[in-house]
Amino acid sequence: MIVTEKKNKKVPVGIIGTGNIGSDLLTKIMRSDVLECTIFAGQNPDSKGIKRAQSMGVHTSFESIKAIQDNPDICQIVFDATSAKAHAVHAPLLKKLGIYTIDMTPSRIGNMCIPSMNLAEGIKAQNVNMITCGGQANIPIVDAIMKIHPEIEYIEIVSSISSKSAGIGTRDNIDEYTQATSDGIMQFTGVKKAKTIIILNPADPPIYMHNTIYASVKDPNIELVRNKIKETVSKIQEYVPGYSLIVEPIYENGLLTVMTEVVGLGDYLPVYAGNLDIINCAAISVAEEYARKKLMTS
Amino acid sequence: MKKDILIVDSTLRDGSHAIKHQLTQENIIDYAKGAESANIQIVMVGHGNGLGASSLQLGQSLLGDKVMLETAKKHLKKTKLGAFMIPGFGTIKNDIEPAIESGIEVMMIASHCTEANVTKQHIKYSVRNNLETYGVLMMSHMLSAPKLLAQALQMQEYGAKGILLMDSAGAYLPDDVTTKVSTLVDGLDIEVGFHAHNNLGMAVANSVAAILAGATMVDTTSRGFGAGAGNCQMEVLVAVLQKMGYETGLDLYALIDNSENIVSKIMKKPQEITAVSLISGLAGVFSGFAPHAQKAAERFGVDAKDILMELGRRKIVGGQEDIIVDVAMSLKQNKKFSSENYAIQSLL
Repeated sequence: MIVTEKKNKKVPVGIIGTGNIGSDLLTKIMRSDVLECTIFAGQNPDSKGIKRAQSMGVHTSFESIKAIQDNPDICQIVFDATSAKAHAVHAPLLKKLGIYTIDMTPSRIGNMCIPSMNLAEGIKAQNVNMITCGGQANIPIVDAIMKIHPEIEYIEIVSSISSKSAGIGTRDNIDEYTQATSDGIMQFTGVKKAKTIIILNPADPPIYMHNTIYASVKDPNIELVRNKIKETVSKIQEYVPGYSLIVEPIYENGLLTVMTEVVGLGDYLPVYAGNLDIINCAAISVAEEYARKKLMTS
Repeated sequence: MKKDILIVDSTLRDGSHAIKHQLTQENIIDYAKGAESANIQIVMVGHGNGLGASSLQLGQSLLGDKVMLETAKKHLKKTKLGAFMIPGFGTIKNDIEPAIESGIEVMMIASHCTEANVTKQHIKYSVRNNLETYGVLMMSHMLSAPKLLAQALQMQEYGAKGILLMDSAGAYLPDDVTTKVSTLVDGLDIEVGFHAHNNLGMAVANSVAAILAGATMVDTTSRGFGAGAGNCQMEVLVAVLQKMGYETGLDLYALIDNSENIVSKIMKKPQEITAVSLISGLAGVFSGFAPHAQKAAERFGVDAKDILMELGRRKIVGGQEDIIVDVAMSLKQNKKFSSENYAIQSLL
């Protein structure tokens, strides 16, 4: 059988960016059957992430993208966990090298991908964008609602995340986060107008990522909406184990409300960082799908 | 010599909470004219939670931000028009840029008291665009004086002209005000201000304490019109300051007339300290939550006071109105659970 023959073969992966996202991705890759991290690159040799990777026996560099440009065969997949600004520089370089790129920043350069919705398209593109954590957590639910009630014209999502899980990148670019999430909702679900709200909550112990989706709709078929949402939630749970529906659709005065929660896997940051976990789990599932295809055809 | 005190007027911003964000054009025109005649320096206008905050989560305002600001602008000459924004609700592109086009001259950028660094983009942008820009630390009762100073220093570094400590929950006592305001006054090179709420009946006393501790700015509303139990009542504070020998540059009689003849008509009910407002002050919960908690209490058949206490326990911050429904539902389930338990136990 091909499967047994290829069992120990893994696709080499590079990570650029050694902050929370990069470090958490590394932990997840170490567990993968089909991915192997061959280069973990940042800019700062003193970064906590680089030291941690070294202690895990991973090949590191502080030359960022240059480490890959100088040695393009080192990996076949790159996760870019830097910033939207930096990705604008990295994207054309990676394209020239022909390396499959998974962009973790809200740059909106590549094709937006949500595994439960368009995984097959995602692995065909050269550059896929994982939108934002709020996008990964909410777009599939909005889509489920829109599938039953395509007449809805306005959707609003509110994500509360713990302060500790929001790194400096998120804070410096909070407007880009909001914009990318709203654009993602409109592009994936076809709703005409979407509003995104993000709230950082400093409570200690930290809160889990909490999402509320509001839709203005007349006479919704709650039963159909509920079933569609439950179906969607189980699809997401296949790659984000800590994702759950905490308030099933309720309806009052023309307003449909649904709430979800994301508890993280506790890989790099503790379990409260569900926001970090969901975008990383999504990215890993894209990378693994790509890797499996690659291993099958090689 | 006693310092001059800048009285900021947030009647048409915080008052919006008290009437579920249903300010009309007529309300704005009437009040803007009144503010002008009383020599008010800065009038803040908009949705209670600021630019971009009109939403299903917080309540949709009757008029859009642009209409509200442009209506006020038309009737202001000497008085400067200001807007408020919380990053995460509004953005530079969608909200601040258009507000500048509508003619604002003052911008307040607010964050929860521990999250000052989310205001960096917005404060810098506002300063670059020549707006008189202030940083606002909300729910500031939740943080110690040295930690508040550390947050305020970041806003100072971004270019803010002053820092406003907001007692969003109406939870401060005068001694807390003295400690926190004097720490900021000593540690910052810029102005310090205070924004009070009246949940514990302390709004005027706390504003006076802030001034005695060195604050040079106080954010108030006419007739106390505002979220929850309302704000520091402007005309009362100005009268007190006059008695104490401070100069505000405001026309006290005109302020009293505005309160009596204009604001009393905009208000749907007198500003009072209801049970729910008192409890939210005690629990340290954002003042604007009261009507939402009351609504959820009726809907799920639980006590609004229990909801507020639970919100306080969970340390919910301004903007998390969605959690109110979550809390009400879980209280309802627990209630059902405990009455079932009781029924079972009484059988044993």
